[in-house]
Amino acid sequence: MNTEEVNETSNHDVSRNFRTTHRLRWGRILVWIGLLVLLGILFLGLYKSQKGQMKIGERAPDFTLHTFDGKQYDLESLRGKVVLLNIWASWCIPCEEEAAILEAAWRYYQPRGDVVFLGVAWTDTDKKSEEYLNKFKITYPNGPDLGTRIFHAFRATGVPETYIIDQGGILAGVRLSQFTSLEEIKNSIDPLLEK
Amino acid sequence: MNVLAQIPTPEIPTDDQVNAIAKQLYCPVCENIPLDVCPTQACSEWRELIREKLAEGWSEEQIKQYLVDRFGDSVLATPPPRGLNLLVYIIPPIVFLLGAYLLYKVFVSWRSPVDEVALEDNSSQIIDHDEYIDRLEDQLRKL
Repeated sequence: MNTEEVNETSNHDVSRNFRTTHRLRWGRILVWIGLLVLLGILFLGLYKSQKGQMKIGERAPDFTLHTFDGKQYDLESLRGKVVLLNIWASWCIPCEEEAAILEAAWRYYQPRGDVVFLGVAWTDTDKKSEEYLNKFKITYPNGPDLGTRIFHAFRATGVPETYIIDQGGILAGVRLSQFTSLEEIKNSIDPLLEK
Repeated sequence: MNVLAQIPTPEIPTDDQVNAIAKQLYCPVCENIPLDVCPTQACSEWRELIREKLAEGWSEEQIKQYLVDRFGDSVLATPPPRGLNLLVYIIPPIVFLLGAYLLYKVFVSWRSPVDEVALEDNSSQIIDHDEYIDRLEDQLRKL
């Protein structure tokens, strides 16, 4: 093997080693990027799940409710009114306990026109929901929580839960159990109407 | 003699037919309990809903889609391959292939820890230049 051949072979080896090293480096970078992306997703998931319940003063998430009688309500379009959002289910016993109280409160506030009650049936069948509404003679708008989107938007934890939203779309009251009297509802809404 | 007209009665789906679909779904309220074995009143109502839809002639896919629209993706036992759910389908095979590749590399390095050819070359060089052997050969020639 002469000197030129040796040099050529050596140059070829150097170039091959360079390519291999280059490829390895990029492989490592890609693996690290992949790991970081995965960790980011994991962190976001944990952050969301650990965020806890909604707090008074937070902006209420916008939502659209399609009612059983075919109407549609958007929180955005209800600005300027106090909104009481009640999440319930026909199979929930505490919901039954507060159903009549909520209806009484609705009848009390309805003539004013600046208070809206919305009922959201969570993980319920239409048939059972309508039976429930008929049983308790509920007249305020109610609809199913399609895809459980409203439940998750409000970071609800169960039923019944009630959220009171002020005229500016800010959460002004949270009730994580059933109302036991009409007075309790009035105490949550009246201060907002005096503003 | 009265002849009663034979009115076909709609066939009521059996529990097995209902459970065949219910076992592919999870209770949207109580976590990690398949719908076919969930004992709550709500789950019993959903199984009844599946029975009604089957009686109306809905297909399995239509019923599953209806329940997903109502209760979200979380009711499905296997997440649909879209969005972030895709990671569930992509990551395990990638990790498996990476693991297999690493194992292969480790096994290869165990099989030939030292380049045998290089070893042979080195040993021949060592033998070529061993003074003791040279002297020994000289002595033998003199005998």
